[in-house]
Amino acid sequence: MNLPFKELLEFFTFSEPNVQVVFWGVLVLSSVSALVGCFTYLRKRSLIGDVIAHSVLPGIALAFLLSREKDPFQLLIGAGITGWLSVYLVDFITHHSKIKNDTAIALILSVFFGAGVLLLTHIQHTGLASQSGLDSFIFGKAAAMRPQEVKLFLIIGIIVTIATIVFLRGFYVMAFDEDFAIAIGFPVPWLRVILSIITVLIVASGVQAVGVVLMSALLITPAAAARFWTNKLKFLIWIAVCFGAVSGVLGAAISYSYNGMPTGPWIVIVLSLLAFFSALFAPQKGIYARWSHNRFNSRKILCENILKRFFHLEQHHPEKRDYSLVEILSKLNLKEAELKSGLRLLVRNDKLTRTGMNWTLEEVGRTEAREIVRKHRLWELYLSKYLNIKEDHVHDDAEGIEHVITPEILKELEVLLKHPETDPHNREIPY
Amino acid sequence: MDTGAIWIIATASLVAANAAILGSFLIMRKMTMLADAISHAVLPGIVIAYFISGSRASLPVSAGAAVSGILATFLIQTLTKKMKMQEDASIGLSFTFLFAIGVVLISYFGKDIDLDQDCVLYGEIAYVALDVWKINDVSIGPRQFWILVINLIIVVGFVYLFYQRLVLTTFDPAYAASLGISIVFWLYALMGGVSLTTVLSFEAVGAILVVGFFAGLPATAYLLSNNFKQMIFIAVGLGVVASILGYFLAAWVNGSVAGAMSVIVGIEFFVALAVSKLGKFRIQPNHEKVIKPTLGKT
Repeated sequence: MNLPFKELLEFFTFSEPNVQVVFWGVLVLSSVSALVGCFTYLRKRSLIGDVIAHSVLPGIALAFLLSREKDPFQLLIGAGITGWLSVYLVDFITHHSKIKNDTAIALILSVFFGAGVLLLTHIQHTGLASQSGLDSFIFGKAAAMRPQEVKLFLIIGIIVTIATIVFLRGFYVMAFDEDFAIAIGFPVPWLRVILSIITVLIVASGVQAVGVVLMSALLITPAAAARFWTNKLKFLIWIAVCFGAVSGVLGAAISYSYNGMPTGPWIVIVLSLLAFFSALFAPQKGIYARWSHNRFNSRKILCENILKRFFHLEQHHPEKRDYSLVEILSKLNLKEAELKSGLRLLVRNDKLTRTGMNWTLEEVGRTEAREIVRKHRLWELYLSKYLNIKEDHVHDDAEGIEHVITPEILKELEVLLKHPETDPHNREIPY
Repeated sequence: MDTGAIWIIATASLVAANAAILGSFLIMRKMTMLADAISHAVLPGIVIAYFISGSRASLPVSAGAAVSGILATFLIQTLTKKMKMQEDASIGLSFTFLFAIGVVLISYFGKDIDLDQDCVLYGEIAYVALDVWKINDVSIGPRQFWILVINLIIVVGFVYLFYQRLVLTTFDPAYAASLGISIVFWLYALMGGVSLTTVLSFEAVGAILVVGFFAGLPATAYLLSNNFKQMIFIAVGLGVVASILGYFLAAWVNGSVAGAMSVIVGIEFFVALAVSKLGKFRIQPNHEKVIKPTLGKT
């Protein structure tokens, strides 16, 4: 498949007036949804967007049945009413019956959507001439956006953004700890209503562009992707909005460039790929970062255990300086392959030298080995002295903690224990 | 009432029975949304299978759907367990992603295939009666009907044979584990049943009604019963009622049959909720006997 540069250029230079309409519509829609989505995500109620998106359908159909025209504003009112009703009903069912939240969501979602489909097919079968395009609400038709709809998006986008900024602190506290928010005097019930109104507004207006099924992705995915990059709400919002905006524009560009490609699904695919990329490669929280962190740690523990073994070997056999694989392995709880890879690493770092099938401890390695043994024995002493743990119970704990103790803690331990000579087992502590 | 109507009602009742039985376990495990996710996520599998096999024959399409259903479950599990994403978000992300791919594939293959994204969502139950199975030129009824009969036999057999294990792992996984019953195995066995039912019911009733049956029928029965076995039977009964009333509602307003049936499911639920709130229709108003799931996590 060749990249359609001509069309892409056309898209990004707005050479067609229609492109400009779609561009702004999608940009506003996807970035504002991402903004609202951050809060529904943090409240662990991401799927509420899915409920609203499915539930606006009967409202749209009813509004059309009553008004007999496709005025976007009237349809939005209808959509807003049933959308909000669905949120209310999910809450009502969860709070006033033994039905759990997830069941309530699935139930309301399918019942409202079923009602919507029933009404839409009714409208179709009665053959109302102007109904054409109403079913675009189910799958969305972003490419067919009209200027008046974009105006509506803009107005709603501005309202939602202002409301979010005004109530930011309240939403922030409520997202993390609702009881705490009540305790320090936030009007939580009102904040909840405002948040659900905002969510309904943005979902109801977005459904026409990306469709019922995919609208919830515009709320959920940017926040979920952004969460991998930061722990701070401020950054979370900015990153999510950027992800939303970028994938909105990219999705629109792809669908413009390849003839017949739908916009909504492409926005969702780009968003999801961004989320998968974040999940894999985000620093600290990404899978790769956590994997390499784990590998670093397990290598460190492996090397430190081997060095410690050398220290003991030198203590028990001071007559010789080089030791064979069997000797090294004898008291270590390791597989031979693990030991070999550890030895290779240590030789590479000049902590050991290899002569034939024997290994010798170098001065750098010896210092490190002494330090580890020191940490181990100081910790044993600390446990038995300050926590009153019996001498024969302290070894296992120290075996783990010796790899974690930082130089600062080591120093504190030394001061606290007044540079002791021996550990609880009467063995010398090396300095 | 003509035979077409009877076949449609019978087919819908079969879907309802399958979904009601499995859904009863799902709502106790708080896993209803997984059924919703699977029902949307099968779209790409259906499209690809349809494109490769070039026909709408049930077997390849069902196989394709089953593969992407499993893929969705796997994706959700990976996102939640390995990548530490919130469960609600990973469900939402997975099924929208797969559904989007399905829609794009439909657009990409374009005119080559005669497949509608609409029918995935709300099915074509009205046409069920047209596609009949013939043995020696004798019509024995709609193909979809017999497929669902087989599905029901599998589901009922599975639940009947392994009822104790399923109930134990659902309500008291810790105790089940202490008896040496594998929780993971029965979880995946149940999800396998859910995928199968979703996939086989699809062609007839579409994703939305399947979800409505999976969630709505057991939820309504849950409000009306205080014993798990009773709950399953009530759920199946409610499903049959919803199929019958839904058909007539659809005929009355001249609209989608699947849509009308899910509306009836909703009405049933709210009537049951009102009745149980008023407290008159409790079969046994004994709160100690009320089923309380002990399973905290999915």
